[in-house]
Amino acid sequence: MNAIVLDKVNKWYGTMHVLRDISLTVATGEKVVVCGPSGSGKSTMIRCINRLETHQEGSIVVDGTELTDDLRSLDTIRREVGMVFQSFNLFPHLTILENCTLAPIWVRKMPKAEAEALAMSYLERVKIPEQAKKYPGQLSGGQQQRVAIARALCMRPKIMLFDEPTSALDPEMIKEVLDTMIGLAQSGMTMVCVTHEMGFARQVADRVVFMDRGEIVESGPPSTLFEAPKTDRLKLFLSQILRGD
Amino acid sequence: MSDRTQPPAGLVGPIPWLRKNLFGSWISTAITLLLIYLIAKIVIALFAWGVVNAIWRVPYNQNGIAQTAICQDAKGLGACWAVIGDKYRLILFGRFPYDEQWRPAIVVVLFVALFVLSTIKAVWRKGIVSPAVRYIALAGAGLILLDNLAGLLETIAAVGFGQHLPLPFDLLAILNTVGKCLLIAGLLLLWPAIGVWVGTLALILVLMFGGILGLAPVAVDYWGGLPITLILATFGLAFAFPIAVLVALGRRSTQLPAVKMLCVVYVELIRGVPLISVLFMASVMFPLFMPPGINVDKLLRAQIAVILFAAAYLAEVVRGGLQALPKGQTEAADAMGLSYWQKTAFIILPQALRLVIPPLVNTFIGFFKDTSLVLIIGLFDLLTMGKIALSDPPWQSFSTEVYITLAAIYIVFCYGMSRYSRGLEQELNKARGR
Ligand SMILES: Nc1ncnc2c1ncn2[C@@H]1O[C@H](COP(=O)(O)OP(=O)(O)O)[C@@H](O)[C@H]1O
Ligand SMILES: [Mg+2]
Repeated sequence: MNAIVLDKVNKWYGTMHVLRDISLTVATGEKVVVCGPSGSGKSTMIRCINRLETHQEGSIVVDGTELTDDLRSLDTIRREVGMVFQSFNLFPHLTILENCTLAPIWVRKMPKAEAEALAMSYLERVKIPEQAKKYPGQLSGGQQQRVAIARALCMRPKIMLFDEPTSALDPEMIKEVLDTMIGLAQSGMTMVCVTHEMGFARQVADRVVFMDRGEIVESGPPSTLFEAPKTDRLKLFLSQILRGD
Repeated sequence: MSDRTQPPAGLVGPIPWLRKNLFGSWISTAITLLLIYLIAKIVIALFAWGVVNAIWRVPYNQNGIAQTAICQDAKGLGACWAVIGDKYRLILFGRFPYDEQWRPAIVVVLFVALFVLSTIKAVWRKGIVSPAVRYIALAGAGLILLDNLAGLLETIAAVGFGQHLPLPFDLLAILNTVGKCLLIAGLLLLWPAIGVWVGTLALILVLMFGGILGLAPVAVDYWGGLPITLILATFGLAFAFPIAVLVALGRRSTQLPAVKMLCVVYVELIRGVPLISVLFMASVMFPLFMPPGINVDKLLRAQIAVILFAAAYLAEVVRGGLQALPKGQTEAADAMGLSYWQKTAFIILPQALRLVIPPLVNTFIGFFKDTSLVLIIGLFDLLTMGKIALSDPPWQSFSTEVYITLAAIYIVFCYGMSRYSRGLEQELNKARGR
């Protein structure tokens, strides 16, 4: 079964056309990396998948549920889709543990003790169980992002979305977050990651999607896409990225 | 290595601080010395006036009239604190029957106890949340509602049809009292803080009104002084705050444009007029719109006016906090599948309200003092009672002493609020590791 199906999705901000006929199918267990220049609509697309943004034309089906204005379908998909943001977005007034148990307790209606045990198991998986009683402001960026991943996993989602999870991090912290994501990929999670980490894409991605100006320009396995780009736009983008490395 | 972790000697401690900040140059040395001279002069003069030369007692003639001649002689040299000794009960408790004034006195103590208790963190913890306790509270609320419903029906029947309903009003009144006790007990167990507030405020009303438990009834017309000020301010802010939060949320609603419009109109309308005119409307115009036979009490009208007015101002303060919250916080909450109210209760409000503690307390303090405006609709709050006390001929010329005393009372409460808010802020910041 397909985890995510986008069919001819269009979106405008006012008169600006930010998503143009986006069609993308992600199979269950597949890992898709989305890349492209800044402002090309990557965030907008990924945020449409859990309806943080609404699309205006076309259809999006997530885990068998079509996204509409119906609130019940919204509830259903938000439980099944976890999201990790560029700026972590941890809740600063709650401890690490409370950050992780909030949604399981209130959305999944899990007993508190069970939710805490679950949260601790995921904090161990991202290798920071000893920080559970601290507040986000006391952690480094890399640690915060790993907590954010654990927090999303505590809802036991079927799909994980990542929007540039390492872009706000100092270089020495990028690896710890990528390692966590690689571990997650190996566990069989369905993942859509917006990232410019080419090493990560090569190692993990089943498919890389290149977006530019609201369109999917090219897509394919990382080796093909990176070694033999067909379009000038992708060639230009790759040359800019590699120069940056 | 270890000595280098200490700042160099001669830079810390009070004496280097003084040298740097007060005697840094010859100009600042001159200013410092001048100020020390002026402050010392003022303090000495005040001490001489307020303590050394002050007159604490005056004789009374056989009719009980105070003989204030010695105070008149000392005027300008010494304070006449005898006016406070003579009038303090009138100022504090107004025209409340003299023999019953222990009741407003307890009310003032209860208010202070309520404030102090509210500053204790443990009181705000969650209590015992069990279905049984919930049913106790619900049953209590049901009984109160039953009695009020019967009263409403009776009023409609009486006003509309000139009929009386054959309802067992005595029994209903007893059930109402039982209901109130159940509700307070339930709340105390569920949320101790809310229980303490509801219980104390109910007790305060019982003490003031009387009429039950063998207490002589005292009409609102006889209330006055500090209890009026505390009632208007405390009930006013306690009710205005939740309304303000709802209005602020409503004003930011994207889903419900009608609610948003309503909130905008409410806030702008109230902010556009002075409190005095709202009070005036509540006292003069409101009765004109009510059907004859229904008489909403003057104090209640003033109370509602204060609540509506304070709510509009507080709503804007709260909205400021909502706007300062980064968008990522709501997005993260949405992405986790929290509902609107869960998101609001657990993520948005705790952070937004923390951000606005200083302006919030600023508004609280402002309203505490603004309650003195109820004077224009004939309610006798603390300040007004001070003025009335001064209208007694022997004491007419001792307004300075009375106003200093009133100011001291206001300062105690306002400074208390400001200290508490500062402590709260520090504690919340410490908890977040900032
Ligand atoms: N809320 C918004 N309102 C108006 N324009 C927006 C909004 N969010 C994004 N955009 C615009 O949409 C385009 C795509 O943005 P985005 O999806 O964030 O790109 P990317 O993530 O690829 O950098 C950009 O031109 C951006 O300026
Ligand atoms: Mg982006």
